[in-house]
Amino acid sequence: MSVSTNPSARGRKATAAPARRVRRLSGRDKVVLGLMVGVPTLIQLVLVWIPTLMSVGLSFTRWNGLELTDIKPAGGDNYQFVAQDYPPFWPAVQHNVLWLAFLAFVATPLGLLLAVLLDQNIRGTRIYQSVFFAPVMLSLALIGIIWQLFYNRDSGFLNFLLGTAGTPQAVDWFGDSSVNIWAALFAATWRHAGYVMILYLAGLKGVDPTLREAAQIDGANAVQTFFQVIFPAMRPVNIIIIVITVIESLRAFDIVYVINRGTNGLELISALVIQNLVGEGQVIGIGSALAVILLVISLIPITFYLSRAFGKDKEA
Amino acid sequence: MTMHEDALLRASSQGGWDRRTLLKTFGAGAVAMAGIPLLTACTGGSAPASSGSTTATFGSGSSDEVPKAAYKAVTDAFQKKSGVAITTNVVAHNDFQNKINTYLQGSPDDSFTWFAGYRMQYYAGKGLLAPIDDVWEKVGGNYSDALKKASTGADGKMYLIPNYNYPWGFFYRKSLWTEKGYAVPKTFDELKALCTKMKGDGLIPIEFADKDGWPAMGTFDYLNMRLNGYQFHMDLTAHKESWDQKKVSDVFDTWKALLPYQNPNALGMTWQDSAKSLADKKSGMYLLGSFLTQQFTDKAIADDIDFFPFPEIAVEGQDSIEAPIDGLLLSKKGGQNQSARDFLAYVGTPEGQDVYASVDSSNIATAKGADTSKFTPLNKKLAEAISGAKNISQFFDRDALPAMANNVMIPALQSFIKDGNVDVKNLEAQAKSLYAAQ
Repeated sequence: MSVSTNPSARGRKATAAPARRVRRLSGRDKVVLGLMVGVPTLIQLVLVWIPTLMSVGLSFTRWNGLELTDIKPAGGDNYQFVAQDYPPFWPAVQHNVLWLAFLAFVATPLGLLLAVLLDQNIRGTRIYQSVFFAPVMLSLALIGIIWQLFYNRDSGFLNFLLGTAGTPQAVDWFGDSSVNIWAALFAATWRHAGYVMILYLAGLKGVDPTLREAAQIDGANAVQTFFQVIFPAMRPVNIIIIVITVIESLRAFDIVYVINRGTNGLELISALVIQNLVGEGQVIGIGSALAVILLVISLIPITFYLSRAFGKDKEA
Repeated sequence: MTMHEDALLRASSQGGWDRRTLLKTFGAGAVAMAGIPLLTACTGGSAPASSGSTTATFGSGSSDEVPKAAYKAVTDAFQKKSGVAITTNVVAHNDFQNKINTYLQGSPDDSFTWFAGYRMQYYAGKGLLAPIDDVWEKVGGNYSDALKKASTGADGKMYLIPNYNYPWGFFYRKSLWTEKGYAVPKTFDELKALCTKMKGDGLIPIEFADKDGWPAMGTFDYLNMRLNGYQFHMDLTAHKESWDQKKVSDVFDTWKALLPYQNPNALGMTWQDSAKSLADKKSGMYLLGSFLTQQFTDKAIADDIDFFPFPEIAVEGQDSIEAPIDGLLLSKKGGQNQSARDFLAYVGTPEGQDVYASVDSSNIATAKGADTSKFTPLNKKLAEAISGAKNISQFFDRDALPAMANNVMIPALQSFIKDGNVDVKNLEAQAKSLYAAQ
């Protein structure tokens, strides 16, 4: 969703800049400009804004998905249902918060650590980078298989390491609702850390080496150099990472979905949205209400990001 | 193979979503769906069939190799017999099921594969299906009363031509039972006594898997039907009865007596895991659909599997059986095409069902007089269990509103399995909202 704001930002600049020289524009220029602004706007409108607004609209209705005349106004009933009668909802909110905390305090710092280590020109750094980044590129089905092999109760690698495989003491990593969220978070970290690592590696490469030299001349040690000079210098990357972490934790979905479709201790808002909107369990009103709730929550980090991004533009 | 696949697909649960599709889905969400009917309406589709035409279209959700070939054999045989050319449109199993709403409102085929139960009655009630009482007049004699009941809409008209079904019940390994001297339980008390004995012998008495959520519905359905009767099951799933009543809490209370005997690791297991456990003689018996047997590729094990129906508890003895029926429906448009009606009639004959079974032998043909000579002894037993039943239920997720089954029952049953608690008041509150949205 954060991506969606870019074309309109671009659009604004495009129209603002030529406004001063408007007389020099030929008819052809206007057509080209119109197309350049119009086409992205139209795509935005059709793919993002209209569906979003219609989702909001539908969340206040009851509809069986058959004829348009079957749409019945329902007021806030769907929201009331979600908050009061739908047992998976509050656990899902809790899990999303837990997910955010875990990514922010474990996965992201881990990614940063990997990036710093791999930035030291150690031998085979390319190989390590590829290894850590690989999980980001894997498909959903493959992730499912990998973690199944790892966590399986009777034949999984983890229980084998613990020496409990095949015994009654074996931990049921996916089925036991008190541990499966941690199993899923571990799997999520496995992906997220790789993602963060690549972004920070790029960020570290972009830091002016003279900063580092200057800090060293001033007598700063490696830790001081990093936290007081390098890390603040990567501010743009840091903001992106914060936003990515928040958004990843809100749209966290695939891992719980391959485990058990987001039930039994693995409820997440996104999984509930899918459950209620797609497929056989479709209840359009309630699904839309859940989607709107997710959208509103997502707007908070997006607004934060945008105000930072535009705020900086103004300063410059 | 369909039911196996059906179960498998539900088990692996729409595995094909990639992240992007999903994001699109919840971004575009409900509205994309709102748009679909309009879009499909624009695509036109086949020309309207007039009566007396010698062609008919057939939409099939049986996209797996074997059933697909089986339906092809049926359409070919029908064409040979009647000269009517059937054009088959095969759609991937899950897509077909998920998009049935838009399919029926757009330009559906004349006839299409579907199943008995709530959703058949629902679409019939919305006027999207054509009643086929005339076809039933011709072939009705081939079906038992239970099948007839399952093929009837809420308005009393006939809508479905059953093709095959597969029963749910207890499966066990004969050799293990002979070795330990177990006897088939007829009553619930006998079942509990047997469970205690098995537990003493170091077995998991009742194999159980519910990671995917739906298999536990089978236990619920049987306990409900044995305690409160078939009609109550139908009324409850259609939400004509409230969930917030003693009859429903009784079901869960009775189940509590069985919980200690069911595999305690059920929530982390798929039914395939459980099948393996049964094959390895780690567990005594397993309540599941007969698609279970397709897991046993080793012939020695497959031949060692036997079946008994769910024991009686309070009412109606063992009259009711859970045996989901797959068959053919006629769309509203297809109702005007006599050839499509003839096709359905053909599928309703022993002859037509034999053609199907000659390719796909894993299911039980529904028509009386269908060839059973190639049946294994187990299949014969399953067929007898079905034909002897007075009532056939369709499994909770076919008898109830799909949203009720998927969004409400799965979490409720999983939490019941976890700690033995269930909030019937909340079930009723959810049911009220969901059924009101239909």
